[in-house]
Amino acid sequence: MKKEFNIRKFCVNYNVFIIFSVLFIACTLLSESFLLPINLFNIGLQQAAPIFVAIGVMFPIIMGGIDLSVGSVMALASSGVLAVMNKTDIGLGLGLALAVLIGLACGLLNGFLVAYCNMPGFVATLATLTTLKGFAYLITNGNTIKVTGNVLLDLCKRDYGYPTIIITAVVIVLFILMQHYTVFGRLILATGSNRTAVELAGIRVKRYILSAYVISGVMAALAGMWLAARTSTSNAVLGQGAELNAVAACVLGGTSLSGGRGSALKTFVGALCLAMIGNIMNLMGVGAYIQNIVQGIIIVFAVLMYGI
Amino acid sequence: MEAYKLEMKSISKSFGGVKALNDVSLRVKKGEIHALLGENGAGKSTLMKILSGAYQRDSGEILVDGQPAKINTPKDSKQNGIAVIYQELMLAADLTVAENIFIDDLAAGSVFINWKKLHSDTTRLLVSLGFGNISPTEKCGNLSVAHQQVVEICKNLSRDAKILVLDEPTSVLTFKEIEHLFEILKRLKANGISIIYISHRLEEIFKLCDTITVLKDGCYVDTVDVQDTTRQLLVNKMVGRELKDMFPARNAKIGEVLLRAEDLQAGRMVDHVSFEVHGGEVLGFSGLVGSGRTETMRAIIGVDKLEAGKVTYMGETVKFTHPEQAVKKKLGMLPEDRKVQGLLLEQPIRLNTTLAALSKVSDPTKTIIFHNKEKKLVAENLSRIQTKYNAAEDEVNSLSGGNQQKVVLARWIMADCKCIIFDEPTRGVDVGAKVEIYNVINALAEQGVAVIMISSEMPEIIGMCDRVVVMNKGRVTGELTKNELSEQSLIRLAMEV
Ligand SMILES: Nc1ncnc2c1ncn2[C@@H]1O[C@H](COP(=O)(O)OP(=O)(O)OP(=O)(O)O)[C@@H](O)[C@H]1O
Ligand SMILES: [Mg+2]
Repeated sequence: MKKEFNIRKFCVNYNVFIIFSVLFIACTLLSESFLLPINLFNIGLQQAAPIFVAIGVMFPIIMGGIDLSVGSVMALASSGVLAVMNKTDIGLGLGLALAVLIGLACGLLNGFLVAYCNMPGFVATLATLTTLKGFAYLITNGNTIKVTGNVLLDLCKRDYGYPTIIITAVVIVLFILMQHYTVFGRLILATGSNRTAVELAGIRVKRYILSAYVISGVMAALAGMWLAARTSTSNAVLGQGAELNAVAACVLGGTSLSGGRGSALKTFVGALCLAMIGNIMNLMGVGAYIQNIVQGIIIVFAVLMYGI
Repeated sequence: MEAYKLEMKSISKSFGGVKALNDVSLRVKKGEIHALLGENGAGKSTLMKILSGAYQRDSGEILVDGQPAKINTPKDSKQNGIAVIYQELMLAADLTVAENIFIDDLAAGSVFINWKKLHSDTTRLLVSLGFGNISPTEKCGNLSVAHQQVVEICKNLSRDAKILVLDEPTSVLTFKEIEHLFEILKRLKANGISIIYISHRLEEIFKLCDTITVLKDGCYVDTVDVQDTTRQLLVNKMVGRELKDMFPARNAKIGEVLLRAEDLQAGRMVDHVSFEVHGGEVLGFSGLVGSGRTETMRAIIGVDKLEAGKVTYMGETVKFTHPEQAVKKKLGMLPEDRKVQGLLLEQPIRLNTTLAALSKVSDPTKTIIFHNKEKKLVAENLSRIQTKYNAAEDEVNSLSGGNQQKVVLARWIMADCKCIIFDEPTRGVDVGAKVEIYNVINALAEQGVAVIMISSEMPEIIGMCDRVVVMNKGRVTGELTKNELSEQSLIRLAMEV
């Protein structure tokens, strides 16, 4: 049997890269400032949070579920850490570790509800979205918390400030490797594809479902920190609506909402596409309202391309 | 020249470079039952999907009643009086029988539904097929598979189908139900309906069909009258070589008891079941579909809850609450429904094959997967049972039905089980491959593995098993040794209460 180059398959598989290239070229042509190092650096810094959330949320989506609570996790983790930082002098490292712990707890809660109480992800995380946000309000008292001193600013110093960008890059690479080379990554995908079959093959699927939500929680908590670091402040509405942007990035990256398909690399590129659209419109001085409209339209077209 | 009801001439079809059909022709007369035979992946389903408009042909011509018919969509096909019943039934489980049958036009052209007329029309159709016992208001999800099939046939008859295609209809039916289906088909034939019938069970073809067309590797081989051929000749045409022994001899030493079940109870379908299986033995489980065979095994490996009873496995009492524990102890089960319980349909063949044996392709801590090792092992295990596939990276969904079954089989062969439960291992598998699967089962037994084989195909049970446990309604009704095995004895026990 001979194998021919199948153009349709190619388009579906690499859709997001094609869109990325087109957008990149368009941006370069539309604005001279786009390729300036300072602009690219800004994109990197701004996008660390959305990229983290998107890659995190991808895992519940691979399971055929969803995590709507990421925005609240971002607010809770960052407010919590900032509140502690204001009281005692824990360093940056411990601060991040605390954020991870909070994300872990939130993820465990979501995962427990979905995997062990058999709740649909949509319902379980809708409930935790409200609850966790409530906790964030309790911590912040409805105000904005500001850390004095600039521990957090170290995460995104402009002149040499790579930490956020470097951590993001490393994490992306780790996730790509995890999906491609580890049994864990394989079983996450398999569970999302057909839970019954995987269970019958002698695998404890609930653990993998739980892990998916834990990843999402931890990634969201760190994303909250990236956002808070840029202004050294946090409040209960930090990260509000982040889940929508994340789902958009996942869908652009070809993640299947019915489960069983999703790649960290493509989701990352999907998030970059959204970032470029936002960035170029800012550079061209397009108003925020119009930006929303254009962004929505582009997502619809990108997803339509999968259906060709 | 005789007039044909349906002619398909020189049909060709490729899937992205793979030629699934190459210049295939099929001619079906009015009021005949025409068998379509061929190995897994020969192109039978593809040809029928072209007829139904689900796939578009690359070239070729379709004539209905001698007139060229433009069939490009499922709607065209329906308008030409063609109805295809796929193996995966396409009924809406939550709708009633009547609603399913008349789903196209519930209101019969008007705005409101006349329920009374709908139900009486349904009853009339059902009675005409001899199934007055199915209630028009029952939800389809509650019906047995056989009854669902009857509903599916009614649905197509209500649309005035003149050509009825059945793609492996009997692989999920019990022998009683099969007899019933054959009666229906013969009645339809007497009414002048042409039937195209796909099955891997040759004995059915000889019982039912008038004419046989054989395909091989996407090419037309021959069309013969059923009187002019023999089983052996057909097999040779399909396989392209001599197939000496359907059930190859086994040279296994029957050893110690490996698995013993005593007084098992689980749900309604497992009622005080006891049996034992030895290393090196092939133990058959026979009975009607729904007799509790699958449920018994599921309770043993820990998928369903075992409510009472004792399981001894390799000398120790075990109580598995999750299949993970069973697989860890090298007790595996190949599920009966490959689409729902076996395969990850949109995933590559490679991933599907190694699912139960990931420790074999990863480092000792079971963390990192070695892709090269995996590819090699997958290729070895798949070719061992002669699986036809293009690339291990293709979606398992793109394989023909029988080859999908082989992927699940390869998965469990790779898992190195000490005791392995095969639930309908040859469902939808062609004759040649069946022999391969029997060879694999024999090889396993010769290595001392205890094999439990649940099967609804009596020839296979009789040909392969050392001992057979027969179940009915959740109870063991008898046990037969090799020399007591016969169709009569099996049927008698299967009907006993
Ligand atoms: N959608 C598809 N995409 C790619 N290849 C396909 C597709 N459908 C079928 N094929 C290929 O076409 C060939 C014929 O498949 P088909 O399903 O018609 O076989 P079959 O004769 O029905 O076999 P079986 O007895 O196993 O059901 C196979 O090689 C199969 O892999
Ligand atoms: Mg088929």
